[in-house]
Amino acid sequence: MNAKEIKQYFPILDQEVNGHPLVYLDSAATSQKPVQVIEALNKYYREDNSNVHRGVHTLGNRATDAYEGARDKVRKFIHAKAREEIVFTRGTTTSINTIAQSYGRANVNEGDEIVITYMEHHSNVIPWQQLAKEKGAVLKYVPLQDNGTVSLEDVREMVTEKTKIVSIMMVSNVLGTINPIKEIAEIAHEKGAVMVVDGAQTAPHMKIDVQDLNCDFLAFSGHKMCGPTGIGVMYGKKEHLEKMEPIEFGGEMIDFVGLYESTWKELPWKFEGGTPIIAGAIGLGAAIDFLEEIGLDEIEQYEHRLADYAMEQLSTIEGMTIYGPLAGEKRAGLVTFNLDDVHPHDVATVLDAEGIAVRAGHHCAQPLMKWLDVSATARASFYLYNTEEDIDKLVQGLVKTKEYFSDVF
Amino acid sequence: MSFNNLDQLYRQVIMDHYKNPRNKGQIEDGTLTIDMNNPTCGDRIHLTMNVEDGKVSEAKFDGEGCSISMASASMMTQAIKGKDVETALRLSKTFSEMMQGNDYPDDLDLGDIEALQGVAKFPARIKCATLSWKAMEKGLTEKE
Repeated sequence: MNAKEIKQYFPILDQEVNGHPLVYLDSAATSQKPVQVIEALNKYYREDNSNVHRGVHTLGNRATDAYEGARDKVRKFIHAKAREEIVFTRGTTTSINTIAQSYGRANVNEGDEIVITYMEHHSNVIPWQQLAKEKGAVLKYVPLQDNGTVSLEDVREMVTEKTKIVSIMMVSNVLGTINPIKEIAEIAHEKGAVMVVDGAQTAPHMKIDVQDLNCDFLAFSGHKMCGPTGIGVMYGKKEHLEKMEPIEFGGEMIDFVGLYESTWKELPWKFEGGTPIIAGAIGLGAAIDFLEEIGLDEIEQYEHRLADYAMEQLSTIEGMTIYGPLAGEKRAGLVTFNLDDVHPHDVATVLDAEGIAVRAGHHCAQPLMKWLDVSATARASFYLYNTEEDIDKLVQGLVKTKEYFSDVF
Repeated sequence: MSFNNLDQLYRQVIMDHYKNPRNKGQIEDGTLTIDMNNPTCGDRIHLTMNVEDGKVSEAKFDGEGCSISMASASMMTQAIKGKDVETALRLSKTFSEMMQGNDYPDDLDLGDIEALQGVAKFPARIKCATLSWKAMEKGLTEKE
């Protein structure tokens, strides 16, 4: 994989920010988009734009073919059994909320348990908090090991006969931890619970095989994997989706509408009320083509090397605290850190003055911040267009930050 | 942008307030208590104030956040102590104008607060600076 060549496909990266060439290290928040995706959106709006599933006319057919074609690409991308199992949503958040409000409401009762972990993103915390409150169910948090991983023994202890849903992120957006989802799903199933996977930080970076993982649901977003914003996926096993009620009602999702009763379309459309996210799905399809041409295994290995290099380089800076799995341990392509007493916002502001974009804050993971006993952290996250040179610039930027604040203090 | 621009943000007096915050802590028997968060970044402020005879007789803050938010809280408490409620609220309005880069009335003595002017050039940091002021405004307005 040649990151320098790949970078050429991303026009946005070719610019100066505050007088320095842009170094974009915030892909875990959202990735940049290659020309292939921008062109697919452009082509759709210039040539094919029309509503889907209803037009007798040619544009309607073209739009429908492109939209449904994107669904086939997603099916193949995550190795789902059937295209009916792929529902387009607005993103990971909407996907998890739909699972909670539809499957959760129908299957979780008073005294039942929902199991998540301390490292979850708010989008995989609050839908379950709300469901637990509504139903009088118990929300349980699997604790973390010192290196930010989850132990299967702890999961086994937490998941009981009362557990109806286990919902865990596959890759942590803060720690970079890669969770053993396949093993956790097995534990969940032994106790009769379903396994929900937050794949927001997984889909962009490594192969996902939902049949091999044997998860019941998977949620992910297009915008973190080179696709546009506003499109995401809710995968569910057909046996679950068939029994689930839609949570949005209106056009597009109906079979027959009477004055007082209506019936729903078959899967997956019963979950896609209203004019669907046509351009978004087409853009996501183009992003999948782009990623698959490079190869997800290639991308994963490359990012792993970048993460190793970053861990190595960053730990040479005195006063640096790095969170999550240690150097050499299995981890995704991001590094979360704190530098001495300098607040992460101040770190991010000084880096920005050097053209380097990093994230600072709680990363939508306040329970995790509490566990780490910090109010905020800084995070550099990498993608297929980043290079070791970017990391070198980050390190130089951090050294300058340190100097700057030791001067002003 | 160069480090010179950064110097406009991180003025010496700001860093002094950050390192040596004035009025840090809380008034045990404070009549007004306000908690406010900046949900996008996790900054927190816990502000306690006493108002006697229409004057802010005491103000203390606790919390966590970046240099700008903590320094601003320190300056704010310093500025409102001993002022009447109306003046404190006018200060807040003046500060808000300053953060938006607008002209503001010059009849109030802003003292150290003037140093925060540079924040207006860093849109991402304006909310850091205004958090404690919003808390103060909320406390004093609700009291009225």
